[in-house]
Amino acid sequence: MTALLLALLALPLAGGAATLVPALGGRRALWLGVAVTGADLALAIALAAGFDLHRPAAMQAVTDVAWIPALNVRFHLGVDGISLPLLVLTALLTFLCSIYSLRKLPAGGSERAWTGLLLLLATGMLATFAVLDLLLFFLAFEIVLVPMYFLIARWGGENRGPAAFRFILYTLLGSAVMLLGLLLLGLKGGTFDMTALAAHHGLGLSRGTQVIVVLAIGLGLAVKSPMWPFHSWLPDAHTAAPTAGSVLLAGVLLKMGTYGFVRVLIPSAPLGMHTLAPYLGAFAVVGILYGSLACLALVRPGAKGDLKRLIAYSSVGHMGFVLLGIATLTATGINGALFANIGHGLITGLLFFLVGAVKDRYGTADLDALAGAGADSGAALYGRLPRLGGLLAFAAVASLGLPGLAGFWGELLAMLGSFQPAAGLSRPTFLTLMALAGLGTLLTAAYLLSVVRRVCMGDPALESPATAKAPALLDVRGYEAAAWTPLVVLTVVAGLWPALLLSLTTPAVKALLGGS
Amino acid sequence: MLTVAAPSMIQSVDWVAIAPPLVPAALALVVLVADLFLPPRHKPLLGWLSVAGLVAALALLLPLVDSPRSTFCLPGSAHVPTSCSYVADHFALAFQLLVLGGALVVALLSIVSVEEDRLPTGEFWFLLLAATCGAALLPACRDLASLVVALEVASLPAFALVALRRDGRGGEAALKFFLSSVTATAVTLLGVSFVYAATGSLYLDRIAAALPGVPGQLQPLTAVGTVLTLVGFAFKTAAVPFHFWVPDTYAGAPVPVAGYLSVVGKAAGLSGLAAIAVLGFHSYGRDWGLALAVLAALTMTVGNVGALRQRGDAPHSAVRLLAWSSVAQAGYLLAPIAAAGWGASAAAIGATVAFALVYGVVNLGAFAVVTSAGSRLDDYRGLFSRRPAAALAMAFFLLNLAGLPPGVIGLFGKVVVFRAVVDSGMGWLAVIMAVNVVIALYYYLVWTAKLFQAAPEAVAVRRPVPVALVGALALAAALGVVLSVDPQLVLQLASGSLFG
Repeated sequence: MTALLLALLALPLAGGAATLVPALGGRRALWLGVAVTGADLALAIALAAGFDLHRPAAMQAVTDVAWIPALNVRFHLGVDGISLPLLVLTALLTFLCSIYSLRKLPAGGSERAWTGLLLLLATGMLATFAVLDLLLFFLAFEIVLVPMYFLIARWGGENRGPAAFRFILYTLLGSAVMLLGLLLLGLKGGTFDMTALAAHHGLGLSRGTQVIVVLAIGLGLAVKSPMWPFHSWLPDAHTAAPTAGSVLLAGVLLKMGTYGFVRVLIPSAPLGMHTLAPYLGAFAVVGILYGSLACLALVRPGAKGDLKRLIAYSSVGHMGFVLLGIATLTATGINGALFANIGHGLITGLLFFLVGAVKDRYGTADLDALAGAGADSGAALYGRLPRLGGLLAFAAVASLGLPGLAGFWGELLAMLGSFQPAAGLSRPTFLTLMALAGLGTLLTAAYLLSVVRRVCMGDPALESPATAKAPALLDVRGYEAAAWTPLVVLTVVAGLWPALLLSLTTPAVKALLGGS
Repeated sequence: MLTVAAPSMIQSVDWVAIAPPLVPAALALVVLVADLFLPPRHKPLLGWLSVAGLVAALALLLPLVDSPRSTFCLPGSAHVPTSCSYVADHFALAFQLLVLGGALVVALLSIVSVEEDRLPTGEFWFLLLAATCGAALLPACRDLASLVVALEVASLPAFALVALRRDGRGGEAALKFFLSSVTATAVTLLGVSFVYAATGSLYLDRIAAALPGVPGQLQPLTAVGTVLTLVGFAFKTAAVPFHFWVPDTYAGAPVPVAGYLSVVGKAAGLSGLAAIAVLGFHSYGRDWGLALAVLAALTMTVGNVGALRQRGDAPHSAVRLLAWSSVAQAGYLLAPIAAAGWGASAAAIGATVAFALVYGVVNLGAFAVVTSAGSRLDDYRGLFSRRPAAALAMAFFLLNLAGLPPGVIGLFGKVVVFRAVVDSGMGWLAVIMAVNVVIALYYYLVWTAKLFQAAPEAVAVRRPVPVALVGALALAAALGVVLSVDPQLVLQLASGSLFG
């Protein structure tokens, strides 16, 4: 087990280093990426298979050795029921992205550089979910920045330079403040070890210190999540990023923020979280409403809305549900948040793949160009590319939270949590938040159904500006099916059998909340 | 230094302790004389001789590691402890390692530049070694007279080094450097005289003992004296408002000399500042701690804003950017010293020492690439397609300077600085630093991104890179990678007190 977890992290790092060898250029580099991420996924599955399901609250596969004694940094790794699903999701999405880029590598740079950056990114993402030391967590958090920056800046679409800079500067400003919070927490708490800090439940930290800690660390995590009003880097980054970049950004990078709330802040600074939870909840709900209203504005005919930008804004809304679940500080709400994390990773990952495929085929993701500016015109994917259209409709209804699919349970549990928030939190406040979040689900349904109407429906005989230029196109290709099928299957499985995930997270969440 | 000791005493000199600064001094004289007798075609030998001497000086640090040694001591009496002018404790050794190691890298870079820029060989090596001797002497000095003398030994040859380039710009740069430096030294001497008047001693430990008992009417004089004393050293670290000479001087000097000033010169000033502030003036810690904190905050902000304003197509923009960035980094280096004063814990100095070593390695690495790849930022466009190894090394150094992985050691170097500042309770300084780290990231990243852009149309003729340059680059890159894998090697300096 221990060796598996170490190998899970070391493999992509070694693969990334291997891409420095010039002989591994061209197609070989892409195949190397597939092989390494595939082996990594196998390791993640083996790790999950070896995971002791009877003790999901306990850290398993633990490595704990001194690394920098001067700073009290220990090389401390482990998985529990909270991090295991995220590790598997990360390994899966990276593997699917490498398969996809085998056929569909956007122009911008060499295959060697692409693979190297993708593998470095994978290392950072996996490490974030596996480390149990505050400074290592910070290190892992930072590792992802440089590769993602280059993925956007080199292989991105229009406006990629400024978007990439915005992404990295926002995140770094957040994480620099986060470092101060982590140092304060570590110095006042006497250790940088997350499990030890979690076991103390904030013992020995005054309420004032805890509030500052939560504010500082929370800012870094909120930028990453992203929480309204720190979300403005996200739409630009998503619109400019290449498909694989968007998938990993939405599917994994955003989860690093919410994971930090659950892993670091809730157990280590409970009083601080308790003080600030209503504000977090309020910002989360503003994010839900803001995200869905922005999407409604983008989907209107004549608004020149970009489909990628729309899904980015919908991510702001969905991550709002995750943050709302966390803000309730109840086992129900946090379980919902963790479930919504996974659900959003699967569904939005799929959505970005699909929109990327639409953009590749028609050369644009602009809704007006695709569907025509008329009030009831449409791109008629059902007629032209029935499989792609069907998948897009599937992903859209999954995203709006149709019961039976992965998007449903997380948001339901988050709202259920705010119906009965933790003791000491103002119930009327959270009831209001719940009602507003419920309104948000309605708005979400409205814009996603409009997307389906404008993109999938319509009369195939009527040409829009984009469809006129690209008359005969292939429907879903083999490599696309290979990359998308696992996401579709898992979306259905997670929707029909939520207990699979919840049985993993529930005991771990209860332990983090102090055994309540 | 002998002048400080009482004339009637017979001094026993611990030659092992003073060997590291002594070797460059002796070698400097050897080089100067040998230059007269060597035929021109053998002149490059002088460079390799200097390199060998610096390696020997570095090796001579090894016997000193285990126990601190001191020499040039003034015996105490029943109620006065013995005071020493030269102490080779871990603080001194760490800075001597930085100074001598930095000089070694600069020497390797200079072997190429001396020939390319047609600098006078003998004079160049003499001046470089003499300045290195002063800079290596400074961290071990423990009385104000030796400190000022060492500071001058480190500075005077540096003026001449800057002026060696005979194209006009060198002269102007040297004059700016000289005038501002001399003013700062004069101010320091005035401060030293005030402190001496108030305390009756030049030894740092005796000043520290006497300061709390200074009579009331002398206290303003003492306070002014402490601040003025620190000014001269702040000048050498290029802290605001003593920074304005930096960009012009760096751009006017030969590139390796600019690298020398940015690392070795800065280390010398910093070690003097830290020693005086912490060992001598610690009872006034709240005063100079706050003053230094404000200075640090201003320095990093001004440096970063200056660096942001560099345009890629301007001549010498790469060197100027590194100059401004070195001003900003001086701010980070000053912050733990300020924290040591404010939080009254000498252990915070360790963060400065550790970060200075890290900064030395990566900044000299960056200068090594600049020596070979050009002094305009636009020269770096597409460097990866022309010289992949140099471009990857440069990207690594720049990311280290920015403090982003894969530059792990640059990140943790900043973390120890942050830790010292947060620990001392100066939260506001930590927040200003955090904002500055983000500003700095922008220009480092713009430069890094340039390395990997598509190559410009006109492809330069590929020249073989001289072996000395490759050696310097490989040394810096290897050190950076080793430290990134095992940061404990350098960060152990940041835990516990270094003065012994």
